[in-house]
Amino acid sequence: MMLDLFIDLSLFTMLVATGIAIVKMRRLFGVTMMAGVFSLLSAMLLVTLDAVDVAFTEAAVGAGISTVLMLSTLTLTSRIEKKPVHTPWIPLLVVTVTGAAIIYGTLDMPHFGDANAPAQVGVAAQYMERGPEDMDIPNVVTYILASYRGYDTMGETAVVFTAGVGVLMLISGLRRRRRKHPKDEGEVG
Amino acid sequence: MHHHLILRVVTKMLVAPIILFALYVQFHGDFSPGGGFQAGVIMAVGFILYGIVYGMEKVQAVLPAWLAHKMMALGVMIYASPGVISLLLGYNFLDYRFISPHHPSHGQHWGVFVVEFGVLVTVTGVMISIYYAFASRRPAISDEEW
Repeated sequence: MMLDLFIDLSLFTMLVATGIAIVKMRRLFGVTMMAGVFSLLSAMLLVTLDAVDVAFTEAAVGAGISTVLMLSTLTLTSRIEKKPVHTPWIPLLVVTVTGAAIIYGTLDMPHFGDANAPAQVGVAAQYMERGPEDMDIPNVVTYILASYRGYDTMGETAVVFTAGVGVLMLISGLRRRRRKHPKDEGEVG
Repeated sequence: MHHHLILRVVTKMLVAPIILFALYVQFHGDFSPGGGFQAGVIMAVGFILYGIVYGMEKVQAVLPAWLAHKMMALGVMIYASPGVISLLLGYNFLDYRFISPHHPSHGQHWGVFVVEFGVLVTVTGVMISIYYAFASRRPAISDEEW
């Protein structure tokens, strides 16, 4: 019990420290690296919540791919953040109000591990109960995602596909293939 | 990146284990954490690491951009294919029991296997394509930035 509390507190302290460091830094290369650290810390928090699959994804996507993509973006823009021209008070007010609203919203959420939480009393209980005989697959997350909720996961895959197509259309510089006419040789549409 | 000897050597050693680990995450996903999404990202990371250190030409010789683009759509098609086949055979969409009607859990195994493979192909393709799209806008990160 004490150990859990200690781990939670130290992880959250490091998370906040990383956040403050990101705000303070001006060199965007360092900011990118700190964002990766932030993702890794979040992944560790998810491990303490026993959500290993989510932690895995967070570590791979948040710390791995996002860092690379932000670095690739950095090579296309400037490396140093500009000094803000406005006073920081209005953004601070907006952040405080939004944060307060979010915290107020969490008050209505069920407690951690609450047996009567909506997530526990819905179909999840049935999935857990019938899964082992229906599927014969030990990993609950896998069989719920790929089989019981296979339709949703197909949607997710389509979302990933759509995101990729969107990025390619915006920045890849691919050009429409055109049949070669002798006239517009060398000119690409 | 030509004089970063340590990076080049370490990269060369790491790429194969990264891809192997991606395959482990993919095909061991029934028993341990992970699945198509995570495996796809890890697989893409292997290629991206190689691309960062050795340059775009080298990595595109292994996995050309057109192939990564085709993989994006191919994965969704692989995912949807058991669904379409199950519809044609008179089952519900993505009802994997059609694969072995007498032993439903075997059908589930194969169904999950196929759709997770579809996810792997799409996620790998998308991640690598996005990286290619960003990285081919300009030469890679210059040596002073490291």
